[in-house]
Amino acid sequence: MDYRPEVIERLTELWEGRDKGILKGSPELYNRYRAEAFTEFLRLGIPDRKNEAYKYTNLEKSFGYRYEKYFSPRPDDFREAERFHCEVEDLDVWNMVLLNGFFPRGDEGLAMLPGGIWVGSMRAAAKQFPSLVEKHYNRYAQNEKDGLVPLNTALATDGLFLYAPKNTVYTKPIQIVNLLHTTQDIFSQDRNLVVVEEGAQMSLLVCDHAISPQHYLTNTVTEVYVGRNARFEIIRVQNQHNDSGKITHTFIHQERDSYASSNNITLHGGLVRNATWHRLNGENAETHSYGLFLADKHQHIANFVKVDHAAPNCNSTQLFKGVLDENATGAFNGRIMVHKDAQKTNAYQSNNNIILSDTARMDTKPQLEIYADDVKCSHGATVGQLDENALFYLRSRGIDAREAKLMLMFGFAHDVIKNISIEALRERIDHLVLQRLRGELSRCASCAIQCN
Amino acid sequence: MQSEFLLQIKDLKASIDNKEILRGLTLEVKPGEIHAIMGPNGSGKSTLANVLTGREIATVTAGTVTFEGKNLLEMSPEDRAREGIFLSFQYPIEIPGVSMVNFMKTAINEQRKHRGLEPLSASEFLRQMREKKELVEIDSALTNRSVNEGFSGGEKKKNEIFQMAMLEPRLALLDETDSGLDIDALRIVANGVNKIRRPDTSVIVITHYQRLLDYIVPDYVHVLYDGRIVRSGGPELALKLEERGYDWIRKEADVSEETWTTDRK
Repeated sequence: MDYRPEVIERLTELWEGRDKGILKGSPELYNRYRAEAFTEFLRLGIPDRKNEAYKYTNLEKSFGYRYEKYFSPRPDDFREAERFHCEVEDLDVWNMVLLNGFFPRGDEGLAMLPGGIWVGSMRAAAKQFPSLVEKHYNRYAQNEKDGLVPLNTALATDGLFLYAPKNTVYTKPIQIVNLLHTTQDIFSQDRNLVVVEEGAQMSLLVCDHAISPQHYLTNTVTEVYVGRNARFEIIRVQNQHNDSGKITHTFIHQERDSYASSNNITLHGGLVRNATWHRLNGENAETHSYGLFLADKHQHIANFVKVDHAAPNCNSTQLFKGVLDENATGAFNGRIMVHKDAQKTNAYQSNNNIILSDTARMDTKPQLEIYADDVKCSHGATVGQLDENALFYLRSRGIDAREAKLMLMFGFAHDVIKNISIEALRERIDHLVLQRLRGELSRCASCAIQCN
Repeated sequence: MQSEFLLQIKDLKASIDNKEILRGLTLEVKPGEIHAIMGPNGSGKSTLANVLTGREIATVTAGTVTFEGKNLLEMSPEDRAREGIFLSFQYPIEIPGVSMVNFMKTAINEQRKHRGLEPLSASEFLRQMREKKELVEIDSALTNRSVNEGFSGGEKKKNEIFQMAMLEPRLALLDETDSGLDIDALRIVANGVNKIRRPDTSVIVITHYQRLLDYIVPDYVHVLYDGRIVRSGGPELALKLEERGYDWIRKEADVSEETWTTDRK
C-alpha cells in the first residue's frame, strides 16, 4: 500500500495551519515563496522509485514514520543542548552548536568573525542583510524534479546563514555541530544559505551528530553561491543512528575562476541521501565532489551528484566510495552534464564500492550527457570485494586477517578523506573512520569535536 | 629433542586446480644456511614459496613441513610470519591508502606481541626505520608513501628487502628477487640481504639465473624440475646451469625419473 497519501495529508494539515505556525515570525523574504513551493510539492509528491534520481532509494522507512513534531525543537530540548559542553582538542576551528538545524539561542543576530565573515541564523540574516538574501535565496535550488526541495522551501523556518563579503578570508574552518537531540520523534526542515563573494575564502565543516535515540528525519536544503575567484570547501560528517533519516540537497553555484569542493562522509545513518548539485556558471572554474560511506545492518546510503558544466574551460571531479556490510544497501547516481558552449571541459567521475557480505547491495549509475564537441570526460564504476592479493601480502608480514581487512578498508576510504584540505581535520576523520570500521563508533561516540 | 634443522620439508606434494605441481619435494635447511633453488619455468618454484607461506592457491596433498619442529602447514600465514618466515614477493602488491609507516608498525608490533614483547615505542620504531633504510639504500621518500604505490620495479624489490630488515626473520624466502633489476639495483638488493643477515638467519633463494648468486653465495644449489629436486650441489652447480642451460637436466630427469635422490654434502 502506498504510504504517501497519509503523509501528504499530515503535511497539508501543517500547511493549512500556517498562519499560526510557519508564517508567524518568519521573514516575508522567505514567506513569499512558500505557497508556490507547497503547490509544487503537492504536484511532485514524495519521490518514489519511478523518479530516476530515486531509482534505488526507497524513502518509506523514514517518510512513512509517524513523527510527533515537525518544526523547531521544544524549549526544553534547547535548554538541554545548551548544557552540551563541546571541547575542541587540537582542531583549530570556529565552532557553533545547532540543534536539529536550529539555533539554540534563536534570534540573537549575526556574529562577525575575525576577517569580516558573518555567521548566524537565516531569520537574523533577513533582517540584517535583506537585499543580499533576496538576491540569493531560492535562486540556486532546483525545484522542478524533486518534491522534497519545494517541501523545504514551503516549510523550513530557519537554518544557517554564512556570508563572506568580497575579499574576506577566514583561514580556520567554521564548524557547525548539528546535534540531533530531542525527546520527541521529529521531522524537520532546515534551510541554509552560504554566500562567498568575489575573492573571498571559507571552509565549512558540518557535523550531524545524533545524541538521542528518537526517530528523526531531516530534510535539508543548502544553497551556496561562490563568486568570481572565490574559494569554498564544505565537509559533512554524518554520524547518526539506524532510526534516523537524513536527506540533504546542496546546490553550489560557481562563477568564473572560482573553486569549490564538497565532501560527504557518512559514518552512520539509517537512511541517508545526499544530493549535491554543482553548477559551473563561469569560465575557468573548478569543482570537486567527494563522498564516502560505511554502511551495515539495514542502512541505506545514497549519493546523487550532478555537475553542470555551463561555461567553457572548467574542471570537475567526482570521487565517491562506499563500504557495505551485512544487509546494507547503497546507491550512487552521478551525472556530468556538459552544455553546448562548455568547450574545453575536463570532467571526471569515479565510483568504487566494496561489498563485504553476500546480502549487501550496491547500485551505481554513472552518466554523461555531453553537448559540446571539444571535451575530456571519463567515468567509471566498480563494485567488488577486498583484494585477496593485498590481504595475503599484509598477512604474510604477520598481520592477522581481521586487522589486515581493516587496513585495506581504511586505505580504500582514505582515498576520499585525503582530499580534505585541512590536515588536522583529515587526521581526525581518518581516526573516526578507523573507529567506525572497528565497530567502536557508537551513537554517543564523539563527532570531530570531543563532546562529552 | 630439538631438531638441528630450522626447516624440514619431506616428500611434499601439492596441487593447483587438481594438477600436481610439487611431486614429492624434500629439502632440509639448517640455521644460517643459504640454499638456492633453480629450475626452468613451471618447475614448481613459486608454488613452493606459496606453500611455505600459506597462500591458499595450492593444496597440499601429501608430505610434511616442519619449522623449528612445529607443523608449519597447520599455521595461518600470519602465524608463519610471526614464527619467523619472510617471503620477498616476486610481484610485490601495491596497497593504496595504507602507509608504509602504519604497515611496518602494525607488522612489527603484531610479531612482538606473538613473542610476548611490548610494542615498540614511537622513537625506537622511527630509529629502526631510519637505520634499516640506510642499510638497504632505500629512498626516504618511499617510506612516506602508501605501500608500493607507484614504486618502480626496482623500488618494490628494495622495499621487500627493507621489510625483511625491519622484521628480522629466521628464514627468508627470496622469490625471484633479481627479476626486473638492473645490475646496480641487483647489487644493492643483494648486499642489503648480506648486511641484514645474522649468522643464524637462513635464506632460500629462488632464481632462474646465476647472477644473484654472485652476491648471495649459496651453501647449496638445488635444481627443481617437474615438482621435485632432481639434483643438488654446491655453488658450482649454478655455474654449470648458467653455462649449459636446463636441457641436460631435463634429459637426465626424463630418462630415469625414479632414480634421483637428493644428496647433501
